[in-house]
Amino acid sequence: MNYFQLFNLPAKFDLDLTELGSRYLKLQKQFHPDQHSSGSERDKLLAVQHTANINDAYHSLKQPLLRAEHLLALRGLKISHEQRSFTDPLFLMQQMELREQLAEIDQSDDPDSVIDSIDEQLQQQKKVLQHQLADALDAETAEQDQLAADLIRKLKFFYKLQQELELIEQQLQD
Amino acid sequence: MALLQIAEPGQSAAPHQHKLAAGIDLGTTNSLVATVRSGEAKTLVNQQGRDMLPSVVRYTQDGVVVGDAAMAAAIDDAQNTIVSVKRLMGKGYSETAALTHQVPYRLVDQQGLVAIDTVQGVKNPVEVSAEILATLANTASETLGGELNGVVITVPAYFDDAQRQATKDAARLAGLNVLRLLNEPTAAALAYGLDSGQEGVIAVYDLGGGTFDISILRLRRGVFEVLATGGDSALGGDDFDHAIVDYLKQQSGEATLSHQQTRQYLITARQIKEQLTDSDSVSFSLPLATGVFNGNLNRTGFEQLIAPLVKKTIRACRQVLRDAGLNRDDIVKVVMVGGSTRVPLVRHQVAEFFASEPLTSIDPDKVVAIGAAIQANVLVGNKADGDTLLLDVIPLSLGLETMGGLSEKIIPRNTVIPVARAQEFTTFKDGQTAMALHVVQGERELVDDCRSLARFELRGIPPMPAGGAHIRVTFQVDADGLLSVTAQEKSSGVQANIQVKPSYGLSDEQVATMLKGSMQYARQDMQLRLLREQQVEAERVLEAVTQALRADAALLSASELSAIEQALTELSQVKQGEDTAAIKAAIEHTNHLTDDFAARRMDQSIRTALTGHNVDEV
Repeated sequence: MNYFQLFNLPAKFDLDLTELGSRYLKLQKQFHPDQHSSGSERDKLLAVQHTANINDAYHSLKQPLLRAEHLLALRGLKISHEQRSFTDPLFLMQQMELREQLAEIDQSDDPDSVIDSIDEQLQQQKKVLQHQLADALDAETAEQDQLAADLIRKLKFFYKLQQELELIEQQLQD
Repeated sequence: MALLQIAEPGQSAAPHQHKLAAGIDLGTTNSLVATVRSGEAKTLVNQQGRDMLPSVVRYTQDGVVVGDAAMAAAIDDAQNTIVSVKRLMGKGYSETAALTHQVPYRLVDQQGLVAIDTVQGVKNPVEVSAEILATLANTASETLGGELNGVVITVPAYFDDAQRQATKDAARLAGLNVLRLLNEPTAAALAYGLDSGQEGVIAVYDLGGGTFDISILRLRRGVFEVLATGGDSALGGDDFDHAIVDYLKQQSGEATLSHQQTRQYLITARQIKEQLTDSDSVSFSLPLATGVFNGNLNRTGFEQLIAPLVKKTIRACRQVLRDAGLNRDDIVKVVMVGGSTRVPLVRHQVAEFFASEPLTSIDPDKVVAIGAAIQANVLVGNKADGDTLLLDVIPLSLGLETMGGLSEKIIPRNTVIPVARAQEFTTFKDGQTAMALHVVQGERELVDDCRSLARFELRGIPPMPAGGAHIRVTFQVDADGLLSVTAQEKSSGVQANIQVKPSYGLSDEQVATMLKGSMQYARQDMQLRLLREQQVEAERVLEAVTQALRADAALLSASELSAIEQALTELSQVKQGEDTAAIKAAIEHTNHLTDDFAARRMDQSIRTALTGHNVDEV
């Protein structure tokens, strides 16, 4: 299923999220099961299925990583979920350093400022990679698509770190 | 425009017929029923002139009593008088072990489910709840002068699948047509939002007799969007009472209580709690095995007793803000719902956490029923313009058991519903034709720490070499938050047969047996009821397809069209008769013939829904 088509939006990484949101609500207002509660059983079931599709499509387009993956899938490139080994030693080293910083947060005298600084690094890196990803996807060539797939894998590492950082922050708060 | 919209009253055969619908708040302590009349939603009073019906059911030798009359016998006939039955809904017998010493009646094991041994035999929580629902529906029918076409029943947002299913079963048993199960905080937000015109992000803090919900919603132009929800389906005012009872036992030195004493202590505890809302100190006297104990409790003492419980709710508030990705200052209003929010400590702590004075001007006891009534009125078809839209979420993640007893999350909590997610499985043995799945709900890693929902057995997988069969299992959660599962083998297209064994629920057969067994439905009634249901469904199908043909016959070939027309003629003939099975078959035949047509129309309407907005040319 082509999610961009569902919302009648151009299949591009750079997406107007406000527009996406308003179209989503427009579709929901028409297809949500609550609008069809006096219909036949089959029609009610169809409404559930269509709304589920609409929800799924919205969920996937809203988030940049899922959106990029969907774009690549439409172009016939599936990101495998298995870990692919990275040949980029610099990237791996950077990941290791960040992990070490995470592990040392609880030994710090001022954990909050350490968290803030790691967070800033992560945001910065994500921003850079996301820009590269947008450019690669815009090129629409097989070679650039492969690059985009690599960038998505890298971004996933940063999202994972971000999650772990948030978890640590929560534990400190509680 | 779409096939699905055709049965709207504005377009139906009897356009101005007002249908009777009600919203029911099935509470732990009290239940209410409300309806929309002349554009205004109001709670309905029973013959005693009360709108709050105590959720108490008493079984006697010759019948059943519900409400105030049952409450009056709560001490003298403690063993047969069931209070707070909501806490037992969808629970297994083993899960309720902790309650055994708190309740004055005998809990028994009914095929793994908890039930209560009464003078009228063993009654399960579904049956007890059905009595409360039937009483409320009766009040509504009497007031409105006719049978209800449909009801919306509210449930705690944090109710899991088993608890929701049990609620729906209870409604079926009471002979009610459930238009929707609606989450309590969402219902409250709907009532409050429509009344106040409030826009922006609000928090609904709902602490009832037995359940706690905290929901964050965004309100804008008629859309009520739940961003995240959290809570505890076993935390409420009852727990405050139990904390006081423990204190009373300790003070009076009465270690073990009789059934009557247990009830007496609980009632005294509740009175103390309620009085401490306005007073600083309360004196009480309690019957002992020999003599009477006189004591008193002040507000500070009470607050110390319940502080850990209130703290738990604040922790849930923090979590739900995180889940919504918001900060405290994003919340423009905190709405308080549920009788337990009258406790001053609760108000103070909530105000302190959100750094704003919570809204207490709305009646915390009635707002949920009012919201349910508003939605029932829309769903039954009395309000043609679909101005409001409720987007709710699933409160707890759904997962599957994988190797090593781990839960793999398939649908994470706070996902917008309806939702469907598919997962692929393969066989690991040559010629394997069956497969077992275990579905759980909860956030923990280990299956044992989650709630078991059901075990599914897939049969009829075509025999293939190991790894050859690809079975696609689809988990679908509908707008009520209820799960259904389907499976298909991909290469052969064979629909695998699924057998569901709910872990803490009644099977369809059990519900059917209960229906037949209940006094309300003698055998003949039951058959008549099934016939009526099929006739109503046949009417809906006829109306929907006729309208669809009128609008979009162009999407069909001549032969398709004539086949459908013939099916419609047959259906309308069979509908006149009294052969339930024949009507059902004719409906299925029509549905089968129009499946493609419906899909084509749906695609077309999705395309046209967004026109006027075309950005392709950009």
